[in-house]
Amino acid sequence: MNCEQARLLMDSYADGELDATGILELEKHLHDCPACALAFCNVQNLKKSLKQDSLFFSAPEELRQKLKAELRLPAESRRPFWTGNWLVTATTGIAVICLALWLSLALTRPSPQRQLAQEIVSSHIRSLMANHEMDVASSDQHTVKPWFDGKLDFSPPVKDLAPQGFPLIGGRLDYLGNRAVAALVFHRYKHVINLFIWPTNESDSKPAVPAPINGYNVIHWSRGGMTFWAVSDLNEEELMEFAGDFGAN
Amino acid sequence: MDERERLKSFEQTVLPHLDAAYNLARWLAGNDHDAQDVAQEACLRALRFFGTFRGDNARAWLLTIVRNTFYTWLRKNRPPENVVELGDEVLAVEDVSANAEVLNSRLGDTETIRRAIEELPVEFREIVILREMEGFSYKEIAELADVPIGTVMSRLTRARRQLQKRLAGEFKPGAIP
Repeated sequence: MNCEQARLLMDSYADGELDATGILELEKHLHDCPACALAFCNVQNLKKSLKQDSLFFSAPEELRQKLKAELRLPAESRRPFWTGNWLVTATTGIAVICLALWLSLALTRPSPQRQLAQEIVSSHIRSLMANHEMDVASSDQHTVKPWFDGKLDFSPPVKDLAPQGFPLIGGRLDYLGNRAVAALVFHRYKHVINLFIWPTNESDSKPAVPAPINGYNVIHWSRGGMTFWAVSDLNEEELMEFAGDFGAN
Repeated sequence: MDERERLKSFEQTVLPHLDAAYNLARWLAGNDHDAQDVAQEACLRALRFFGTFRGDNARAWLLTIVRNTFYTWLRKNRPPENVVELGDEVLAVEDVSANAEVLNSRLGDTETIRRAIEELPVEFREIVILREMEGFSYKEIAELADVPIGTVMSRLTRARRQLQKRLAGEFKPGAIP
């Protein structure tokens, strides 16, 4: 690979969108060419600086209010609250305060999907803290897969992704969303990835990355009647790459 | 589904992405007033077409509508000469590495970065927002912006080179790319 090709490919590489062959060739070039390595460093730094929270514009309250008004059911009463006697006014006032309180609670309550993601992150953290990543420690998929037989009412897919840079370390049983699930453990450098798997009725879905929870990235997809949740402190791109390597796409 | 259920389902599926919708509209339109108009119009359109939403990615779906709404608004409200035609010519390899130190020292400065993004042509700007702030994959961006993946790649690369040049240029008056 020459410098010209390297400059063209390094953005896709930084975005985690480069194919395996391209990655190998580019990494070799970056290793040998200090100028391109510096240019790549610039791309990464630029990417990082574009992810600052302060660059993101949140929807103003005014817009929310306008939309809320537009989305009201036509049948709803539009009578102004100040018509009628003081008792009505006072009662309405109290009702409005209660409604506002209820709304603020309802709006901050996480969705079921988000709650599950939080549960998954907690389980990930627990496995790291208790130093209990695995019940079966093996990088051999033919050892890990049979280990689950008889312990679960389904057979999770197991793959070693060492060639892709995510070696399989082992597996364990875990308990999520009121059921026993399979947890596969992978490493990338010093990072641990927990991949939780259980059967689902959901149709296949592409990998989706909800907002990080406590600094952990979570990725979710469904395929072939199984639902998959991967969690790690790896960045989104690498976790996405992991999902792709595991067959999410 | 009755109207009440439809509204409720819309509020739960689509409205959580209002921030993303406004953010994209705000970066595209360039000011709060127009961005609110575009985002509001897009949400109302989304409600109208909510029955046709089948996917699993409500955010991508809503942002597609925001984008379309913006371009319709743009044609109506701004003179056409402001819309730059972009070729997707092959990128020239330019050595930006000489500015490495200068560049890095400007990267923490939000206002400078904000200005640099605002100065990008809108077709580049939207790809940068979708990739860096929304984290969409090339494929998702290609679908969302209705362009081939190759175009996403080349626009993103060119946008980044332009940002790097502008951020480096901030330091050296006169060095306008």
